[in-house]
Amino acid sequence: MTVAETDGAIQLISPSVLQGHKDNKPYFATVLGFSLPGAEVGVLAERLIAGAVHDALVCALERCRILPPSKIYIDGLRSMGGHFMSEKTEITRRRVIKSGAAAAAAAGATPYFFSRAFADGHGYRNAPKGDTVTFGFNVPQTGAYADEGADELRAYELAVEHINAGGGGMLDTFSSKVLKGGVNGKKVAFVTGDTQTKSDAARASAKRMIENDGAIMITGGSSSGVAIAVQGLCQEAGVIFMAGLTHSNDTTGKDKRANGFRHFFNTEMTGSALAPVLESNFGKDRTAYHLTADYTWGWSQEGSIKKYTENLGWKTAAAVRTPLGAGDFSSFITPVLDSGADVLVLNHYGKDMVNSLTQAVQFGLRGKQVNGKDFAIVVPLYSRLMAQGAGENVKGIYGSTNWHWSLSDEGSKAFVKSFGTKYGFPPSQAAHTTYCQAILYADACQRAGTFMPSEVGKALEGFKFDGLGNGPTEYRAEDHQCFKDVLVVKGKENPSSKFDVLEVVEVTPRAQVEYKADLLGGELGPYNNG
Amino acid sequence: MAAALSKSKDWILFVGFSAVILLLPWILAPIGAGYPDLLQKIAIFGIFAIGFNILFGLTGYLSFGHAAFIGVGSYMSLWSFKLLTMNVLPAMIFSVALAGLFAFAIGYVSLRRSGIYFSILTLAFAQMSYNLAYSVLTPLTNGETGLQTRAIRTNPETSLLDGDIRIIDQALGVQELGVPTTNFFGLSMSGMSGFYFCAILLIICFFIAQRLTNSNFGMMLKAIKSNQNRLNYTGIHTRPYLIAAFVISGMYAGLAGSLMAVTDPIAGAERMQWTASGEVVLMTILGGVGTLIGPVVGASLIKYAEQKVSSWNEGILSSFFDFLPETLQHFMVSVSSLFVGESWHTTLGVLFMVVVIFLPGGLMEGFRRIIERVTGGKKSAKPGAVESGARAPQPAE
Repeated sequence: MTVAETDGAIQLISPSVLQGHKDNKPYFATVLGFSLPGAEVGVLAERLIAGAVHDALVCALERCRILPPSKIYIDGLRSMGGHFMSEKTEITRRRVIKSGAAAAAAAGATPYFFSRAFADGHGYRNAPKGDTVTFGFNVPQTGAYADEGADELRAYELAVEHINAGGGGMLDTFSSKVLKGGVNGKKVAFVTGDTQTKSDAARASAKRMIENDGAIMITGGSSSGVAIAVQGLCQEAGVIFMAGLTHSNDTTGKDKRANGFRHFFNTEMTGSALAPVLESNFGKDRTAYHLTADYTWGWSQEGSIKKYTENLGWKTAAAVRTPLGAGDFSSFITPVLDSGADVLVLNHYGKDMVNSLTQAVQFGLRGKQVNGKDFAIVVPLYSRLMAQGAGENVKGIYGSTNWHWSLSDEGSKAFVKSFGTKYGFPPSQAAHTTYCQAILYADACQRAGTFMPSEVGKALEGFKFDGLGNGPTEYRAEDHQCFKDVLVVKGKENPSSKFDVLEVVEVTPRAQVEYKADLLGGELGPYNNG
Repeated sequence: MAAALSKSKDWILFVGFSAVILLLPWILAPIGAGYPDLLQKIAIFGIFAIGFNILFGLTGYLSFGHAAFIGVGSYMSLWSFKLLTMNVLPAMIFSVALAGLFAFAIGYVSLRRSGIYFSILTLAFAQMSYNLAYSVLTPLTNGETGLQTRAIRTNPETSLLDGDIRIIDQALGVQELGVPTTNFFGLSMSGMSGFYFCAILLIICFFIAQRLTNSNFGMMLKAIKSNQNRLNYTGIHTRPYLIAAFVISGMYAGLAGSLMAVTDPIAGAERMQWTASGEVVLMTILGGVGTLIGPVVGASLIKYAEQKVSSWNEGILSSFFDFLPETLQHFMVSVSSLFVGESWHTTLGVLFMVVVIFLPGGLMEGFRRIIERVTGGKKSAKPGAVESGARAPQPAE
């Protein structure tokens, strides 16, 4: 397999594979659906090619008279012709045929170039046909996070209603005003899947929605393990993944992917927002004991909380991993008091948190005095659903949250009103983040004028918006993570209703929780259009 | 004469089976199941169930821990992708070999007992493997998050979980873009080509199982099922046969696990959980214990229910019952939504009960009865191929 040396030069190494260099990095392109001279329509799908190289490819294809420029589609866009920069194109027709014959023999050694049939000719996966576009909502309907999943699905249905109507709820307060009923002239339809809070099942249902139901994007999920698994799948399949409730650093850290976007905050932000509040309430001389859900989110949160509390001067007595969905945590709680720790950090979420907190309170931890201080419990990631589940036990317990329904900005009020009117109770933070994700995706498609993942992604990158309940927010281009203010909350001492269980202690400004994009490692890689 | 007849019947069965499997995308398209992921799952679980049936169907030993071998196969394949090459061939060879070794170790201990004791022992081993994979061996398995392929690591400090090395691919100078996909000498293993790869392996596995069933070895296994004590009294040492059957079915499961990683390169601990072991028992019983085709039918049915029936939400139901007047439509939707969508397990449970009560030989017995009815009550004389599992006595002890 030869590689052309010159920047921008193109070689056709087999009838369906182009190869060249840009910025000294080799790239490959797969040519789909064309035959040699006389072909009617050519579709060129590309990976990792940008800007001028597009033109070079068009030029190359034209030079070898495979296709007239008007018939060449690159990445779904018809070439404008004319502006061909590469004079160094090495292809002659004879050479194409020659190398084609050689490459056919070597085709076995070029493993990663395979074509996915784009029956529609738009050059990206599941390009919508007809007058609807299908979103895929992949949420846990069974398992430890089923409550969050049910609320996410409600929010998605509401979001679809608002997108199709071109208004209602937070769409009215959203700073971008391009959505006027439907997206790119199409109505939004949706399909659903059950992640079961298991990576395997979540990938299977996402695959079903992509392969069978023609979903243009996948969104949802209430577990970071699942989010990371599904994000990887969407990258491979070539659709956009709008992550739902996932709080692990890794989702937009070491496991980030170009096709994945997250609106929710992460444990790094929780740590930096929570630490000052913990300091002012509990002081600098504390010993923490962590109980951690044993998967990526738990590890990530334990790491972040440790990092920030140890910066305060706290000590960590122990960090014990508990299986996800354990149900009974009593055997994990008994050793806490003997450890000499005076703070229990519960890195649990959903039903796990409800169970572990309830059991910790039943074991009398909260009334204890250790090292001459009142024993304290901290739940770094809170949600209203969990607080409701744990009832009385959450009173006075600190944590952080992405959003809370009692916020009084216009966006939150509009969202709570429309959600409450439809379902009869206020939305949870899971509902809020998934609603935002659906709106943000639809808005990006409208602004991009297409559903093609690479274009939609570019529309989202660096996008600044407001009016979605979190104040001014930005989708950072470097890691596809939203940056916004973080809420530090605590369980309300005197709740006025069964939904009114959390009070906002502090709104930590974005500047305080922002970190450098390379802090968490990982690489986005190129967009995949399928 | 009789042997020649059964041989030709075997060939008809084999050719028929192969044809159906290869035409599956078209056969299943009308019920919305002709898409690659489901087809792959059907082929993979078909292999798993055929292998399971070699143990359960022929010897009557009910293993509740076969998911462990699936997990071993998956993890082994992933490590082969991460360390050696994205080509699936070495991954599959290593997976099958390791699953076989694993099965030998577990089988050597478990097969000292039979009946319920054997089942419980295998269950215990499988749960042990699950817990090891879930939390103890996280450096090898990445715990709940699951093991995934990554881009080539640029910094040797990076943990192998987060960056791959792929020695063979690197030595061959294979270019990678992002995270590469699995391939069989250049043939992509996702999508339809992935299905056909699995389908051809399923056909090969079916052929081996068929040969095995009709061989002397298979006869010995069936003898163990019908009366192990008598075999012992005639001086035949049965354990080597049992261990061989256990290892073979473990290797089938290892291959299935490997194929799961091949078609979708991620390995999670949950595929070793006891529910996964129970699922293959359901598949085999639903389809027909001791039959060759039954387990594949059962696997297809369960995978279809899991992926399609679970997706029928109320919107789909209302459009399905659209032809009814509105009140009736609402009623039908609310009744049928108890059986589909997130409660698809209910449907499966009801179906399972119906099959076990009325068709103890599984769906294959149902087919046989229909054929008998049609052909005028002639006794079907397919040796080995159709044999009711429920009539056979349980193993000794």
